[in-house]
Amino acid sequence: MMKMRTVEITVGAFMIASILSLLMLALQVSGLNTFYKEDRGYKVKAEFTNIGSLKVRAKVSLGGVLIGRVVRIDLEPKTFNAKVWMIIDPLRVDKLPIDSRASILTAGLLGDNYISITPGFNDTEFLKEGDTIPIDSTDSAVILEQLVSKFLAGQTNGNAKPAH
Amino acid sequence: MLIKRVQLLGRSGLGFLDNIGQAAIILYHAIVGKPDWAHGISRLTQQLYSVGVLSLIIIVLSSLFIGMVLALQGYTILVKFGAEHALGQLIALSLVRELGPVVGALLFAGRAGSALTAEIGLMKTTEQLSSMEMMGIDPLRRIIGPRFWAGQISLPLLTLIFNCVAVLGGYMVGVEWLGVDGGAFWANMQSAVDFHADVVNGIIKSVVFGSVVTWIAVYQGLDCPPTSEGIGRATTRTVVYSSLAILGLDFFLTAVMFGDT
Repeated sequence: MMKMRTVEITVGAFMIASILSLLMLALQVSGLNTFYKEDRGYKVKAEFTNIGSLKVRAKVSLGGVLIGRVVRIDLEPKTFNAKVWMIIDPLRVDKLPIDSRASILTAGLLGDNYISITPGFNDTEFLKEGDTIPIDSTDSAVILEQLVSKFLAGQTNGNAKPAH
Repeated sequence: MLIKRVQLLGRSGLGFLDNIGQAAIILYHAIVGKPDWAHGISRLTQQLYSVGVLSLIIIVLSSLFIGMVLALQGYTILVKFGAEHALGQLIALSLVRELGPVVGALLFAGRAGSALTAEIGLMKTTEQLSSMEMMGIDPLRRIIGPRFWAGQISLPLLTLIFNCVAVLGGYMVGVEWLGVDGGAFWANMQSAVDFHADVVNGIIKSVVFGSVVTWIAVYQGLDCPPTSEGIGRATTRTVVYSSLAILGLDFFLTAVMFGDT
């Protein structure tokens, strides 16, 4: 049997090593230092006709800078539009003009959907907690399959006409 | 003839249920009750040393090599698509989600689980457990309890170290040797790995594996026939059953955690 002191010291060192590993996993591997806190910020709604494959926790960006996250996705019962709640970090953007546009874009050809905000020009009224970006100032997701089918339909029509 | 077959099946089914019930009762007696803080901590420390610290070397070495192999294999495939900057993402996600908890638990079952079974089995064979009982000491609380908790605590800690060392091993091969850009390596890793969804779920997996492996190990030790052959069999069974339980549970945990995205 080893001396108790040595045993305790090695166990302590083991614990410290594992805590350091957790720190490294948190900070260096998952980048928790740039972690965006969920419950900080103000919630803004936006309505879309089609959100594609937008998911909860998707990014909300303005000019490529991360300013928030999607927190909830719902269906508007009357108009059947998709309603997206996003939480925006006031430290990044405090005053977002009320006539800002929200569009759903895709990161790269195969990437995830995210929301891109284009700021408007109104510098007296700003979006605040609970405000909605209406449907006519949002751009829905571009569905690649629809584009392809439209393109193919256009192609066949274009070819068919001269033959007639 | 047919009836006999059915009877045989029924008997083995009942035996299986009997085993599980006994194991649950043993676990209950070992860990439920008023904790004895004064002596409990020092016994736990002793077990943390023999279960956790002594497994450290095999965990660190194998994780280093696993990280290095992952980087090497990932690089040769990704470089064909010109996507070698995604190497960090590949290494970190596969390690944190799957390889860390699973391989860590398999190694732990081989290193610490078998040792636990053999130790407890030998205590039973040499009638140390019965003499303890005669002295009025509950062997379940005294012997099994600290060992169970030690295994339960050690495996998640070992898994954290495993993940960390393996990522560093991958960094060594990928960035230092094969020449992937270090900034892209870390940046892609950080944008792909989510702390809650990936790292914490991996830790939850290893907590589950830790309790299952130690539970199987201590039960097999207590259940083994008191012969030298019995100890050998029980040790083998510990490793086999733990490995199967780890891989089977991993499927279910993965389905629950990552299945719906």
